[in-house]
Amino acid sequence: MASYIEMPKLSDTMTEGTVVKWRKALGDKIEIGDVIAEVETDKAVMELEAFDEGTLGEIYVGESAKAKIGEKLAVLVAEGETAPPKSHAATMPQKASAAAAGTVSSPKVPAQSAPVSGTRIKASPLAKKIATASGLDLSSLKGSGPGGRIIARDLEPVGHAPVPPIAPPAPAEASRRIPLSGMRKIIADRLLASKTQIPHFYLNIEVDAGELLRLRAQINEQLEKAGRGKVTINDFILKAAVDAAVKVPRVNASFATDAVVEYTDVHLSVAVALDEGLVTPVIRQAQKKSLREISEAVKDLATRARSKKLKPEEYQGGTITVSNLGSYGIESFSAVINPPQAVILAVGAIVKKPVVNARDEIVPAHRLAIGLSADHRVVDGAIGAQYLAELRRLIENPLSMLI
Amino acid sequence: MPQITYRKALNDALAEELAHDENVVIIGEEVARYNGAYKVTEGLWKRFGDKRVLDTPISEAAFVGLGVGASMLGIRPVVELMFWSFAYVAFDQIVNNAGCIRYMSGGLVNCPLVIRGPANAGTNVGATHSHMPESILANNPGVKVVAPATAYDAKGLLKTAIRDNDPVFVMENTLLYGESWEVPDEEYLIPLGVADVKRQGTDISLIAHGRAVITSLKAAEILSAEHNINAEVLDLRSIRPLDEEAILKSVRKTHRAVLVDENKPFCSVSAQIAATIQEKAFDDLDAPVSRVCSLDAPAIYSPQLEKLQLPTPERVVQKVLSIS
Repeated sequence: MASYIEMPKLSDTMTEGTVVKWRKALGDKIEIGDVIAEVETDKAVMELEAFDEGTLGEIYVGESAKAKIGEKLAVLVAEGETAPPKSHAATMPQKASAAAAGTVSSPKVPAQSAPVSGTRIKASPLAKKIATASGLDLSSLKGSGPGGRIIARDLEPVGHAPVPPIAPPAPAEASRRIPLSGMRKIIADRLLASKTQIPHFYLNIEVDAGELLRLRAQINEQLEKAGRGKVTINDFILKAAVDAAVKVPRVNASFATDAVVEYTDVHLSVAVALDEGLVTPVIRQAQKKSLREISEAVKDLATRARSKKLKPEEYQGGTITVSNLGSYGIESFSAVINPPQAVILAVGAIVKKPVVNARDEIVPAHRLAIGLSADHRVVDGAIGAQYLAELRRLIENPLSMLI
Repeated sequence: MPQITYRKALNDALAEELAHDENVVIIGEEVARYNGAYKVTEGLWKRFGDKRVLDTPISEAAFVGLGVGASMLGIRPVVELMFWSFAYVAFDQIVNNAGCIRYMSGGLVNCPLVIRGPANAGTNVGATHSHMPESILANNPGVKVVAPATAYDAKGLLKTAIRDNDPVFVMENTLLYGESWEVPDEEYLIPLGVADVKRQGTDISLIAHGRAVITSLKAAEILSAEHNINAEVLDLRSIRPLDEEAILKSVRKTHRAVLVDENKPFCSVSAQIAATIQEKAFDDLDAPVSRVCSLDAPAIYSPQLEKLQLPTPERVVQKVLSIS
């Protein structure tokens, strides 16, 4: 009895996947739980395991080819059974019964049923109300609720803007066309939605990082003696971002159409650059973690993000984001909010430069520029300033983060 | 604030009302000399005497009828049922007489009667002793029904029930009698028909009454700790009159509701709440209204199975996840 291996839904935003590599070859015996292939989703490369046993009889989707969720990728057959070709596979039940009845099967069967016009759209009453009020077309949305129902969160200002697309550039002779990876597409959708739908405003401060550098050197000396991993400047900044968010909870929040939701926990998203884009893995309940625990968590997440070993739940549910381009030599920048969060911190490099001190002397100092981008629907300028003031206090008195 | 048991809170309410109004009397099986089958009336006979605390034969129809008649003449009887399950032999007195007299007398005769006692399953006392008749009783216009979940609510609601001029039925729970909550020393009353938010939340409304409130609070802790879902727990406290505004307010905030109800699902209190929500808050719903009720069978005699028959925190969590 043939059993088909289909493209699974591996993340909640996935609509199609790419077969990166087949780990098994035609004729291989497959046991339940064997890794058959590697599949790239919009977020990560994941291993595809067999749910049935059998012999790999036919591969329908080759390496580097894309397939929609549910599309047949391959077939497992029993001993001595011949694998059906893919076109046959897609319509096997009908064809089989037609053949049994001795009639001539029609030469062409539509591969996939087109959406029938007049099909009822499954949407919650609240989603319908929001859609009507904001003039959105529900048929253009994909539901994330149980059974594919469109629910309110599908209409939140995250990637579903009815924004007229900017016309693609006319092809030039020397241009190179790079098809979008799943990750690139998500970045494009989400950040376009963020920048067009969230009223961003920006605040900038420069803090004295001298004490932070001294304390870090002192701690790392101790850690080195103890043979343990060092803590980075960024670990301190992450800890400060979290502690300050506990003090000013309004920044750890989301705009939710008819309310502002302040989160109890600080789930810290940390931007990690990859060759082909970036991801923002989440340190959960970061307010309960010490500097060391944050340091270890971020190292682990970054390592696994780079090897694409993150599980989908590990980059979902963040409530506030820190992006640090200091190690790239960027002194200061403004970041785009990671929706549905309300703020993102943009952290630059520590730069040695002359400053005027309290005695009006020009002295060298280590300065760190930090930018805050905030959603004005949730956070006002004064709240953003309070948050940055708390952040400054923590970074300039870093010992307070250790107790 | 002192912590006292649900049982003591009821006892205090009775003692305060006996002292407050000489027309208040207690009637029931073993309520006087034996101090009550579940010791809710402990010490009251000794303190207030034969005229105020009255032992009766095992004859619910007779002594509920006694209470109805006495109430029509201005006495404020508090009738104890050893189990609300035994109300069924006195149904004519409870529904036809107590429930209808004000209407049928054109408003000339009141019936300030309280009937109270445990109405719960989960104690291995068999199907005929485990009924929860609040939905059956609340179905009758003319009566009031309350179901306190905590000692604080038990005391405040019982005192208000005794002072009310209509028949009020108080649904207690033997599994809660020994549980303690903070109850102030000062006198207080809780109005009938006012629900209470026992836990503030933003993501889903768990709406319950009686012990199901405690189950919901446990489920809310699990949802918060393991699933990052911030559930609101609304305690109805009073089934009839029903605080519809509180229900609608909570649902309009969270856009989702799971109704937790120790009733059997068919024609239960939660069925009424579900109907109310979809009639009056339809456009605020982001998910179908769901219910976690007792399994639809007579109270199961096997203790292990009976525990599973009642709503558990785990079942509530599963139901919430299924619509999230």
